[in-house]
Amino acid sequence: MLVEETLKQTPLFAVHRSLNARMVPFGGWDMPLQYEGILAEYETTRRACAVFDTSHMGEFLVEGDHAQSGLDGLITCSLKDMPLKTCRYATLLNAEGGVMDDLIVFRLAQERWFIVVNGATTAKDANQFQAHISKQAVFRNISQDLGKLDVQGPLAREVLKSLVPQIEKLSYYTFDEFVVLGEKVIVSRTGYTGELGYEIYFPWQKTPELWNSIFKDKRVKPAGLGARDVLRLEMGYSLYGHELDETISPLEAGLEKFVDFNKDFIGKAALLKQKQAGVKRKLVCFSSESRRSPRTGHKIYNADQQEIGLVTSGTFSPSLAKGIGMGLVVAGSGAKGEKILFGDAHNTISGEITARPFYKNSSLKN
Amino acid sequence: MEIVDHYLYTKEHEWVNFEDNIVTVGITDYAQSALGDITFIELPDADTEVEQFEEFVSVESVKAASDIYAPMSGRVVEVNHHLEAHPELLNKSCYTKGWIAKIEISEPEEKSNLMTAEEYGSFLETLEEKES
Repeated sequence: MLVEETLKQTPLFAVHRSLNARMVPFGGWDMPLQYEGILAEYETTRRACAVFDTSHMGEFLVEGDHAQSGLDGLITCSLKDMPLKTCRYATLLNAEGGVMDDLIVFRLAQERWFIVVNGATTAKDANQFQAHISKQAVFRNISQDLGKLDVQGPLAREVLKSLVPQIEKLSYYTFDEFVVLGEKVIVSRTGYTGELGYEIYFPWQKTPELWNSIFKDKRVKPAGLGARDVLRLEMGYSLYGHELDETISPLEAGLEKFVDFNKDFIGKAALLKQKQAGVKRKLVCFSSESRRSPRTGHKIYNADQQEIGLVTSGTFSPSLAKGIGMGLVVAGSGAKGEKILFGDAHNTISGEITARPFYKNSSLKN
Repeated sequence: MEIVDHYLYTKEHEWVNFEDNIVTVGITDYAQSALGDITFIELPDADTEVEQFEEFVSVESVKAASDIYAPMSGRVVEVNHHLEAHPELLNKSCYTKGWIAKIEISEPEEKSNLMTAEEYGSFLETLEEKES
């Protein structure tokens, strides 16, 4: 079929097929939604160790001084005070202050930066980088050269010890370059699950070898996008295209701490204006009073049944045994503890605004 | 996909087991697999009158909400309340412990609108062909 032919495949496509994964289109890629089942894969990640194929994500290299290269003016986090071998979360904004993407920047050396962006937005982001990175600096989109595996769960460190003996030295949001299966690669202590975890950036063609090596440890199981979505939602992490898009500002999305107003960057003027006037809407987390789950596109109402916003993501939370969601509501509403209703034309479900994250006591910082 | 020989089936992937004028209703292996992990079910009250192929049960999986349709017209005489606390039975045991409701049928001739196990098997094959 036409649609399928245009979907891109990761280096592990054949592996997913051989594992009978259910495949779905995701941001232009043919990706595994689930293997044995979303809840089982969720449990593996929370209690043991799961591996996610995230090779669809994009990677860029920038070489140059943080300011002169233009990188500092492109992304919102502070770069000048970033220690070597650390990672920072940031957003890439358009001139109106809308989020073009969320990303993680790595400082490889004083003047060498590695940037990890979303799969669906890689081409758009690359154009923006190309247009704004100085001609004296180097910009390379190396997405096609790098596969990526996320190894996540309380046992992740134990599992990776045999492949990366020095893994123990990595603290949260740091990385280093290690020789893994004969390849010098970046391994970061980052993830999207809330658990102790690592992301390994590996030569595209050899990613199946890395996959097979990790799976020699029988405590490890594969997990797909379905479990990944439940895990990230329990942590209240935003997903690009849902909580973030070009019409949503990082201030509205609750990401102000990833914005350094002491420097210049694209979108700053718009954000300052928004700050001055006050944001018109804000991202909130909420839970259902029952096992019924909010769904993307559901409307959110206050206790007086006035419409106050829209659900951006929703799922069933296995740890809370109830529905959870995130949504954008008008400023002035959505205080913690506020009773709300959400739903569509068929059903209205009762819920309550809650604090983020939904899932506490994770192994993230163990 | 598992299919039980002596049950009848709908195109919406419900199964029906006839015992005189009472039918037991559930969802098929194909349905539970397509829905994925089921996390919520809303059952009708006993005595609810239903019409053939009318929505009468809501289920939610981790990913989405769906409806289940009454395979025969009649009156709901019993529902499997155990599913409310254990919706996972719909996945783990869709043909036995995961039964959903019993309906006292009012229009026996509607049986001709259902598929035999063999017909349902062929129907699934056509769906799989469309998918691949």
